[in-house]
Amino acid sequence: MSQSVTSQSAAKPSQFGRRRLPRWTPAVIALVAVLVGTGVGVGAGLSSHIQWGLIALLLFVVVNYAVTAAVEGPRQAKDRVVTSLVWACFIIAVVPLYSLVESTIAKGVKVLDGNFLTHSMDGVITTGPGGGVYHALVGTVEQVALASLMAVPIGLLTAVYLVEYGRGRLAKAVTFFVDVMTGVPSIVAGLFVLSFWILILGFGYSGFAGSLALAILMIPVVVRSTEEMLKLVPNELREASLALGVPKWRTIIKVVLPTSIGGITTGVMLAVARITGETAPVLLLVFGNQLINFNPFSGAQSSLPYYVYEQYAAGNPASYDRAWAAALVLIAFVMILNLVARGIARWKAPTSSGR
Amino acid sequence: MDTIDDITGAPPPAAAPPAESAPPAVTRVGDRVFLGLSRGSGITLLVIMAAIAVFLTVRAVTAISGDHGNFLTTFQWNADATPPVFGIGVLLYGTAVSSVIAMVLAVPVAIGIALFISHYAPRRIAAPLAYLVDLLAAVPSIVYGLWGALFLVPHLQGLNLWMDHYLGWTVVLKQTYQGTASRSLFSVGILLAIMVLPVITNVSREVFRQVPRAHEEAALALGATRWEVVRMAVLPFARSGIISASMLGLGRALGETMAVATVLSNSSTITSHIVDPGGGTFAQNIAVYFGEATPFGRDALIASGLVLFVITLIVNGAARLIIARRKEYTA
Repeated sequence: MSQSVTSQSAAKPSQFGRRRLPRWTPAVIALVAVLVGTGVGVGAGLSSHIQWGLIALLLFVVVNYAVTAAVEGPRQAKDRVVTSLVWACFIIAVVPLYSLVESTIAKGVKVLDGNFLTHSMDGVITTGPGGGVYHALVGTVEQVALASLMAVPIGLLTAVYLVEYGRGRLAKAVTFFVDVMTGVPSIVAGLFVLSFWILILGFGYSGFAGSLALAILMIPVVVRSTEEMLKLVPNELREASLALGVPKWRTIIKVVLPTSIGGITTGVMLAVARITGETAPVLLLVFGNQLINFNPFSGAQSSLPYYVYEQYAAGNPASYDRAWAAALVLIAFVMILNLVARGIARWKAPTSSGR
Repeated sequence: MDTIDDITGAPPPAAAPPAESAPPAVTRVGDRVFLGLSRGSGITLLVIMAAIAVFLTVRAVTAISGDHGNFLTTFQWNADATPPVFGIGVLLYGTAVSSVIAMVLAVPVAIGIALFISHYAPRRIAAPLAYLVDLLAAVPSIVYGLWGALFLVPHLQGLNLWMDHYLGWTVVLKQTYQGTASRSLFSVGILLAIMVLPVITNVSREVFRQVPRAHEEAALALGATRWEVVRMAVLPFARSGIISASMLGLGRALGETMAVATVLSNSSTITSHIVDPGGGTFAQNIAVYFGEATPFGRDALIASGLVLFVITLIVNGAARLIIARRKEYTA
């Protein structure tokens, strides 16, 4: 897209009899703007570097507009202003991500070590140093595993139903409610399990209750991604299998699912990454625990995101350090899942001409 | 899709043999079981959605009938007191204000980023950039919350003072509690904007990618600049897509819990100064009061959760309907 557009604007324009600025003009204007911005900043003694940047940015837009308007005309000038705005949007998006990752890493490595990963908060005073996330790691892994055990089969089969069998009103309703379910706030899923599982059926707080809510959040994500992947399986494969007299269900299990297994795995891992970071259901259903509890079916547990919240809420420097370190562990966990998932997607991607 | 129909249904009509010579339709046990299982999963999903509505309503009715205030207009949340007095007035206001701020800030920037990725960026950086936006979406909300409370809020203080000084006459941006850390609905709105940015960007990017090349090339052939192509060919085509993307983002902002719970200092007051600390949202209120709630208090929180559920249901459902209608229109 951009290729064709740039080649258009860079094509020899002189034959149309219109004057054009050389291609390096924006770079020069940008350089001048940055220099002037810095100069003004230093001269006026502005302490905030953001203000320097804003002055430079404003200067760039104005000068760029004026120069282009003078040489190429107002339409081209407007085009350039919009281009700078779009670039500015991009920079605005990068700044918070960079700041988030940078501050999490910088503050997280302070107490993150082997001891932190292998010890619980047993006997640790909240205001003092020490302690770790082991109990939270155990809780997170167990809850997420249980949630996946429930959500993946249901999600997978629902997607198979929608793609391979789904016709008529039931399929339409399921499609619509999968979409709506994606938007159910995590705290509402938590409240539902609270009222159903704990208040009405009378079970206690446990890791399993948390994983029920996590499963509700996970199902629609699995359905959506699996559905997309199943749609990519070429129909010729299905036809070939059916033509050999293979029953439809065996065709699905032996041909359709293996073909799309890479994409499905990716989708499942992205869903796992999403529910790993969910705090609200855990807050309502698992209740938090300072000690190691290996049994997800009875008694309170902890989880990584809950641990971050708990340590933040404790509100003192030592617990803030622990919160940042746990946040770093959480981010690392989610990012690794993401990267591996995308790696699998690329590695197993169907190489048909369609993509 | 049509081809599957052909395989599974009757053989193609052109080659259809007379009915009596056709082999009898074989229904295998495996096929039946498998169809049953997969259809069952689909129905399970519908049952879960219905169950959410039913069970929340059951608990909510108990709570609302025991409420000694007006559930819709009471400001304070004293569900654990005797007699219990609570209402969602502040929560409605806080949820609406913070989401509106998030939308106002996020939608234009998200459209800009989506345009950048689909139309402006050099191709070599467009793909990694799309990936970067995906990563932004993958960061857990509690990490946003921690970062927002310990990093963003202190850094917003300068901006708040500046706005108070120059824009205080608008009342909305006037700070009556100067010098306090800005744990306000405004800060929450900025944090929510950062969080919904990737959601809106991803959906709009997909829509921008679907704009017919012929439309853009026609505009270019008429001598349009790139901005004119975007304005005349891309944006009109993508308008409904952008609307539904924004509503999906709105749905996420409305239900966000942890990021709001960490940043906002809650109170049961409504103030027109959005940069003053105080206020509350549905999700944040549940997270804050749940820990020490009595059984009745928990029912009251479930009642507020039901309201949130209905609101997000409406917003998300509307977004999906817009997308679905557009699909039919373009197909």
